[in-house]
Amino acid sequence: MIAASFDYSAPETLADALRVLSDDPEAKILAGGQSLIPIMKLRLSIPSQVVDLGGIIDLHAIAEEEGIIRIGSMTTHEQVEHSELLSEKCPLLVAAASGIGDVQVRNRGTIGGSVAHADPAADYPAALQALDAKVKVVSSAGEKIIPIDEFIVDALTTALEPDEIITEIHVPTESTGIGTAYETIVQPASGYAIVGVAARIGLSEGNISFARVGITGVGSKAYRALAVEKALEGQPAKDDTYGIASRVAAEGVEALEDLHASSEYRAHLATVFTCRAIAAAAGRAQ
Amino acid sequence: MQRAIKVTVNGKEYEREVEPRMLLVHFLREELGLTGTHIGCETTVCGACTVMLEGHTVKSCTVLAVQANGKNLETIESVASDGDLHPIQEGFWNEHGLQCGFCTPGMIMSVKQLLGDNPNPSRDEIRHAIEGNLCRCTGYQHIVKSVESAAKAMVQE
Repeated sequence: MIAASFDYSAPETLADALRVLSDDPEAKILAGGQSLIPIMKLRLSIPSQVVDLGGIIDLHAIAEEEGIIRIGSMTTHEQVEHSELLSEKCPLLVAAASGIGDVQVRNRGTIGGSVAHADPAADYPAALQALDAKVKVVSSAGEKIIPIDEFIVDALTTALEPDEIITEIHVPTESTGIGTAYETIVQPASGYAIVGVAARIGLSEGNISFARVGITGVGSKAYRALAVEKALEGQPAKDDTYGIASRVAAEGVEALEDLHASSEYRAHLATVFTCRAIAAAAGRAQ
Repeated sequence: MQRAIKVTVNGKEYEREVEPRMLLVHFLREELGLTGTHIGCETTVCGACTVMLEGHTVKSCTVLAVQANGKNLETIESVASDGDLHPIQEGFWNEHGLQCGFCTPGMIMSVKQLLGDNPNPSRDEIRHAIEGNLCRCTGYQHIVKSVESAAKAMVQE
């Protein structure tokens, strides 16, 4: 399988990359290539030009500043998986990263690329939603910080404009009393989540004081399970609470159907894995 | 449109003109004649095309040759030296870690990375490390044993 012909550039600065994008609206950004190259081989994407961000060193750092961890968009899943800073201060993202694809894919694939691709079964979006993450995008006109909920619009559709590049993902440093978990059931051949649930739970005096639940793989895009969060907040931290709250995990969502799982089964899995993720996260919050 | 690239493969430098759409696996096999790296599914699934790019395993069907410009690559051809098998290859030989052998070059590159990072892996860690490499013959039991045998031999060396 060979992609259609395209022109290629590998700029060494962000400014140069942005210039190429503003000159050519049909140009496509290449990050790790683990989604773009396959879809180009299938000719689902036929860009005039590919702008490889691999040479821009500024996009690789992971750094903490004033309670926010900034992750460069070209940070690979492998780097997230093995980051000491993230293991200590944002273990939810580490858990999501370590389940993506396989070793070789994690060595190449990037967080910015995953978020920009917005695959409905990708692992990162659910975790980023539970983390209230933000996406920093830059164009020649300036920069914007976009909450992840607004950034991911639909399946394979984001708020990213053709002349913009994702430069950072911002996640909060986890405060004490908050526990997180990512629970997923994957399609064994591809490693994609059939259902993946990220939970971030805060406890105070035995009650749930804070709840964030992000779910991937079920609907056309990853979503915050607001009904579950609402059913948890203020309630005692015990299994009954989690079970009752999880029942509404797929409420109002048209669950996807494919050869791996029917719509009904996916919605059921959403309930089961939401319950597991909440229980695990609450266990770690104590 | 052709692009000039310079890569180091198994310690040897090569300069070639390639189309940007040429995949790394095709570059290795067709331009450099290094046919030890296999093409299986060509869809990022099977891992037969696994090579090391800057010390990390990648599926060379999902990397463009131009992305390897200026980079260092290692393929299965670098593993044995002067006709002597590497301990990982010995492990696969001794423990019957291959039948048809099609997945073996990619499998060995993944194991090379594993044992470089973790000289004494558990069975679970071995299975996790080769999750991106499919074998349709062995059922993986013998491959896991081969890796254990290689790890033991390499620690004793």
